[in-house]
Formats: sequence, structure tokens, C-alpha cells
Amino acid sequence: MTTTASTAVSRKPIRWGRVAVHLGCLAALLVMLYPLAWLLATSLKPANEVIASLDLLPSHLEWSNYKTAFEGVNDVSIWRLLGNSLLIAGGAVLGNVISCSLAAYAFARLRFRMRGPLFAFMIATIMLPHHAVLIPQYIIFNKLGLVNTYWPLILPKFLATEAFFVFLIVQFMRGLPRELEEAARIDGCGPFRSFFKVILPLTRPALITTAIFTFIWTWNDFFTQLIYLFDPDKFTLTLALRSFVDASSQSAFGPMFAMSVIALLPIVLFFLAFQRFLVEGMASSGLKG
Amino acid sequence: MTTTQTPAAPPARAAAPTKRRPKRQREGAAWVFLSPWVLGATVLTLLPMVVSLYLSFTDYDLFNPPHWVGLRNYVQMFTEDPRYWRSVMTTLTYVVIAVPLQLALALVVALALKNMRHGKGFYRSAFYAPSLLGASMSIALVWRALFNDGGTVDHLFGNGGWINRPGWSLLAVALLTVWQFGAPMVIFLAGLQQIPAELYEAAAVDGAGKWRQFVSVTVPMLSPVLFFNLVLQTIQAFQVFTPAFAVSAGKGGPADSTLVYTLYLYDRGFVASHMGYASAMAWVLLLVIGAVTAVLFRTSRSWVFYASEGDR
Repeated sequence: MTTTASTAVSRKPIRWGRVAVHLGCLAALLVMLYPLAWLLATSLKPANEVIASLDLLPSHLEWSNYKTAFEGVNDVSIWRLLGNSLLIAGGAVLGNVISCSLAAYAFARLRFRMRGPLFAFMIATIMLPHHAVLIPQYIIFNKLGLVNTYWPLILPKFLATEAFFVFLIVQFMRGLPRELEEAARIDGCGPFRSFFKVILPLTRPALITTAIFTFIWTWNDFFTQLIYLFDPDKFTLTLALRSFVDASSQSAFGPMFAMSVIALLPIVLFFLAFQRFLVEGMASSGLKG
Repeated sequence: MTTTQTPAAPPARAAAPTKRRPKRQREGAAWVFLSPWVLGATVLTLLPMVVSLYLSFTDYDLFNPPHWVGLRNYVQMFTEDPRYWRSVMTTLTYVVIAVPLQLALALVVALALKNMRHGKGFYRSAFYAPSLLGASMSIALVWRALFNDGGTVDHLFGNGGWINRPGWSLLAVALLTVWQFGAPMVIFLAGLQQIPAELYEAAAVDGAGKWRQFVSVTVPMLSPVLFFNLVLQTIQAFQVFTPAFAVSAGKGGPADSTLVYTLYLYDRGFVASHMGYASAMAWVLLLVIGAVTAVLFRTSRSWVFYASEGDR
């Protein structure tokens, strides 16, 4: 809409400006994508070429890097690491989608005492640095004997601790017409039926956004996994990559980056499949507030 | 920010017939829906905050019971621990470098894409991709290699890579944040597209050129979005961890130049098992982030313009 209005004023002479903008964007894009291209190329380079030159392309494709990567780290196969990562991310997605949509429905549509203050508190916890609650949470899970299990990584998600997503879904639900629920109420639906039958199906875009962001953030998460998981066979891909940090000699570069590529692959696939949801979810989170 | 407009939810048809029962039932239903959140908010947020405040006045190593030491942790932090101050300065430097650079780049790219006719969606997605990938260990390792001795940056500038030089290593970490400018850029772009075209038309009729339109229309209309991005990115930047960890193998080196606050907190609490000290650090971080946010909100009154003020 804005486009037409502001360009209609000066249509003809701007052509070269357009070309310049495109060239600038492409140049910026090349710089931006260089680290990714470098990663892909290095994952296929023979050990002696990794730091020897600026050449992006390897002299020959060293597929054995991937073979080594698939053997895993610390005697734990990559399938195990991948499975662990998927388990945590999958649990987090399930937890966030369920608990955040429940809480969001109450905040968006139901009336209860203290709603205003509780909503304000919920918003405040979005800003709360994770570190402020980290140590006592660790102590609680330690007392419960749950350190070095996946519970500390998954359980909090079932308790709607990621308020950002509650907020995101609240904003979306507020945009749904109230008439729908009123019609459902007249048809005899209580709050539970109207939530499951009417509201939840309509909230799908926000739930998908929540699911994708939760997956990616949990997949990338390092700090929480670092403090809670010790056993190599409970490690995730991220933690396995971390063990390269301590002991990396140049010869391990190829396999390390091959494993890095494997670790990024799910995110790249998610991004390609859902980029509209991601970009728009991000855009709306900043505006409707 | 949003709180003010929430209680305005109309009572729907609550005041319909004279039945009192459904209303109470619905209040009960609300608490059923809220119960996971209530449990999480009390047990995993409120209680831990209180506990960590208590622990910050104790000596605690996870194995022996906490031992009350009064203000000693705070005194030690502020007066006897040079590494603490080092981590404070490192984090502040990082925030001051990374956040403005990232937001400036995001704004420039958003402005460039705003009026683009072809390829806008493509660029938007492509520039956004690093925001999703950048938080990963994989990319942190790439960064370490790119800025290491013999890495691309060394080949280009010939100064032996940045991550081994105390004056430069933090800049390498900051550039990883700048690289992820796509998320604020997407928010800027959405904000730019919500500026009504009439404002530009009116400005043009009044004889305003491109620059004048930018200063008098775009900047004020975009200021709430700019403010949102500034607050969000600043809060996040204060908590940076993974890249600093990866670049320095968890040590914060060289010469503590990448010892950001959270890395030192991790080191004190989880490596050295000084949970009391780490709790004190966490509370100071909480207070500082709260104070910075409050200051941003306070100054925002003079530069953030809300077009919808009054009619909302």
C-alpha cells in the first residue's frame, strides 16, 4: 500500500536508485551468507586445507568428514545425539503449545479476579533475565534428583514459563471475533468446549509460530543443557559440539564442522518450510504490543 | 506496555439473565486454564527469585547447608573482586557496541527494502535467516574459526585473527550479534509498512523532500518500534553467553577480554560452586536490567511518539 503511494510521486528517475538498492542488498547478502558458505565448504575440506588458504572451495570433497561425524563423539553415536536433541525439542514444543495456549485463553477471554495484575506480572516475566531464577531452579531440580535428566529442560515448558508465547497467543486470540464464542455459548458450549472446538482451531497460526520458535530456540539452547546434562550418552548435538571446543586440534576441524552442518540442518529445513510463519510471527510480536 | 489496555475487555453478555451460577463456574474455569501457568509462575519464577535473594546473603556450595554471611558476597563483589568488575565492563562494552550497530543496520536494511517492488520477500527471509541460526553452537564455532589465527579475518587483515587479541576478541563476539540483525529488521519493516501513506502524501504536498519526510514522518511514526527493539535487544545483549563461551572455550579469555557477566556467573556458580556469590551476581544483573529498562522507558517519553494516543 505504502509502496504505490510513495513511488507514484517520482516514478521515472528512480530506476537507477532501484538498481543501486538491489546491488547493495545483494552485496550485503553475500557478506551475510559467507559464514554459512564457509561452514558448508569447510565441512567438506581435507584437514590440511582448513586454515591454509582463503579458497572457499575444497580441492576435493572430503566426505570422510561426515563419516567421522556420524560415528559421533565420546563413543555416543550421532543418532543418539540427534534423538536426544529431538526428544528435548519435541517435549518443549508440546509443553509450550499446550500450557501457553491454556493460559492465553484465560487471559484473552475469561474473567477472573486479579486478571489485570496477573497479566502485568506475566508480561514482566518476559523481561526477566533467566539467570535470576536459574540457580534456585537448579537447586530445586537437584533436590528432586532430576539433574542429569531431561525433566529440567522439558517440565518448565509444560508450566508456561516462556511468557513470551503466552503473550503472542493472547494477542492473536484478542483478534478473533467474540461472536463465535457467543454463538457457541448459545449452543450450550461451556468455556472448555468453546476453547477446544472454536478458539483453538482458529488460533492455529499462532500455535504454529509458537511451535516453530520453541523448536528452534530449544534446539539452539546451550546454557541450560550445559548445566543440567553430564552423561555423554544424554548429550545433545549442541553439547557434543561443545566438547570439540575444549579439545579441538586443527585435524578435528572437518568432522566438527560436518557435525555443525548436521546440527543446523533441522533449523534450515524448518526455516525453508515455515519462513512465512517465522517472519510474520516475529513481525507481529513487535507491533501489536 | 500492554497492560493499560487489557482491562477494557467488555463483559460480553455476562449481565444477561439473572443466573449467578455460570459466572462463578467460569471464574473456576479460568483458574483451570491458568493452573499450569500459576504453578510455573510461583514454583519456577517467584519462589526461585525469593530463594536466590536469600542465597545471595549466604555461602552455599550445593552440598552443605547455606551459611548466612550477610552482605559479604556483595562487598566482595564490589570491592575485592577485580574479575567481577572486568566482567561488568566487558558486558557494558559489548552492549554499547553490539546493540546500536545491530539496530542501525536493521533500520537501514528495512528502509532499503520498504519500497522495493521485486524481491522484497526474498531479501526479508534471507536477511532474517541468520537470526535463527546465529544462537547455535554451530555458528559460534564457525565464528571462532573465522576470527581465529589463520581464519578468514586473519587472511584479510593479517593481524593474526581477533579472538587471540584482548583488544579485539569482544568485537568478534559483538559482530556475531550484529550478524543477527534480521529479527529487529523484520519488526522495523512491519512498522514502516503501517505508517499511513497519507502522511507522506501530505508531507509531499507541503513541499517536504525525501530527507524531510524521513525526519518528520518516518522517524516519529517508527519511534515506538525503535523503542521496542531497543529495549528487547538491550535486555538480550546483557545476557549474551554462547558466543563468548565458544570463542574462549568457556574461559572468557584472552586476558578476560570476553568474560561477559553471565560467563563469570556460570564460572562462579557452576564451576567453582559458589552458589551464594552467583546468586548475588544474578540479583545485581536483575536490578541492572530493571534499571536500564526503567531509564529507557523514562527517556522514551521525550522521543517516542504514539500516534494512537488518546483515540485508543
